[in-house]
Amino acid sequence: MTEPAIHVRGLRKRYGDVEAVAGIDLDVARGEVFALLGPNGAGKTTTVEVLEGYRERSAGEVRVLGHDPARGERAYRERIGIVLQSTGVEPYLTVEETVAMFGGYYPRPRPVAEVLEVVGLVEQRRTRVRRLSGGQQRRLDVAVGLAGDPELLFLDEPTTGFDPGARRQAWELVRRLRALGKTVLLTTHYMDEAQQLADHVAIIARGRLVVVGTPEALIAANPETAITFVLPAGVMPPFELGAAHDGGGAWRIASVEPARALHALTAWALAQGLPLDALDVCRPSLEDVYLQLTGAGCDEGASAASLGVEDAHG
Amino acid sequence: MSALALALRQVRYENRAFWRNPAAAFFTFVFPLIFLVIFNLMFGTEEITIAGGQTASGSVFYVPAVVAMSVVNSCFTGLAMSLSVARDGGLLKRTRGTPLPAWAYFAGRVLHVTLVMLLLVVIVTVAGALAYDVDVPGRTLPAALVALLVGGAAFCALGFAVCTIVPNAEAAPAVVNAIVLPLLFISDVFIPPDNAPAWLTDVANLFPVRHLSVALQTAFNPFEQGNGFEWLALAVVAAWGLAGVAFALRRFSWEPRR
Repeated sequence: MTEPAIHVRGLRKRYGDVEAVAGIDLDVARGEVFALLGPNGAGKTTTVEVLEGYRERSAGEVRVLGHDPARGERAYRERIGIVLQSTGVEPYLTVEETVAMFGGYYPRPRPVAEVLEVVGLVEQRRTRVRRLSGGQQRRLDVAVGLAGDPELLFLDEPTTGFDPGARRQAWELVRRLRALGKTVLLTTHYMDEAQQLADHVAIIARGRLVVVGTPEALIAANPETAITFVLPAGVMPPFELGAAHDGGGAWRIASVEPARALHALTAWALAQGLPLDALDVCRPSLEDVYLQLTGAGCDEGASAASLGVEDAHG
Repeated sequence: MSALALALRQVRYENRAFWRNPAAAFFTFVFPLIFLVIFNLMFGTEEITIAGGQTASGSVFYVPAVVAMSVVNSCFTGLAMSLSVARDGGLLKRTRGTPLPAWAYFAGRVLHVTLVMLLLVVIVTVAGALAYDVDVPGRTLPAALVALLVGGAAFCALGFAVCTIVPNAEAAPAVVNAIVLPLLFISDVFIPPDNAPAWLTDVANLFPVRHLSVALQTAFNPFEQGNGFEWLALAVVAAWGLAGVAFALRRFSWEPRR
């Protein structure tokens, strides 16, 4: 087996009394898209910034492409590309000049025209950066990250603030990066983004890794189908259906046997003459897994071990 | 590419972005030239007492004064503002994540503002010679060049230092101007020395602007008999520069401030 692109064991990072990252293990294989999911403040960005070499870790073992990022070696930075959350480019240069400037910092830059082709900014190549739309600026950020033809690209929340159309384009871009053979470490708080793009997903909450696996394995490990419906005010479903308020005025049944649960529900509703407004049956999504694992008030005992999906990874 | 070549390449991009940015080009570059014209129109022919105690035309004072202002404006103001904007826009952090060595990046920025400063000085000096009949005597030319070199280096260092106390990019013009404008007024740049009360001159002497102005005044003084070096003044300017380096090294941050 070839050495993984990213290898992390027992990573910890404290800021004073706060432990932002409290012991994380990660393995990212070469050529895959790996998504790091988690709510704000979960430790995603801190983890990524340690890997990028911006922060020193408090404890743990970190190897990225065989380097220790904390040493800040030029040889390491020549092999990675970083796309931060904020757009850091000179507004008065053109798109082409910006990519050429950053490319020039690397020993083997990718030709500017090719980079612009990949991110879809060929037509804007002579446009000054300040005149680009928000989505175009974000694509330029990715272009700058690609300028040095890195083996590994860090993408920190690449689609935050995008409209749906721009997000689809960004996803297409990430798929193209994988087709080029790049390893991509993506952070996001959009579940659908991870489900669409990632080969593996890790969910972080409170500085710890809650679960790691393929999106399919995470979903399969949470086999409950959600049945939701609305009842007239004052009507309660019978106890044995196991329905609970979903917080939004509807009722929700979570069941591993949806046929049986649905049958019991509809039989009861028919007998009562209830219409069952807004009846919906949902197969679980990554979002359900995520909410179950990270949501406030959820059972903290729900861990990777209890889901048994760790083996699915690697 | 060697790191030196990278630094020179960086100068080209800095330069291109600078001249395309109307605010930067205006306040850093055009401003001193406007002051040169205005001061000479208003006071150019007035008889005033210059630093050496002799009486001369106002232009003999204002040409070197605007040269000093050019150094402060391009090296100090220009650098502090553009670094604050680059830091808070995330450009510094992003650059740090690339293989470009930090010193090559900052050398590029320093060289760029130095070129702007030299261009300004040449324009002011040539205008002084052609339009206002103010020459740098050949004998004191080395003194003028050394003053520019020491002043440029010191005010670049102070630009880095002040950037570290600028809370965010929007506040940069306010913070930088709050420091620079009063100093320009009390430091024999905007107003000739014989108008100021002694205590104000004592205050001005604590800071580097007046010393740079005095060093340049002497180098431009047509009555100067010696080689024109103001060693004490240059030493004060250099000391401020070293303090600026020390302060910047301790406090400089690549990360945006929020």
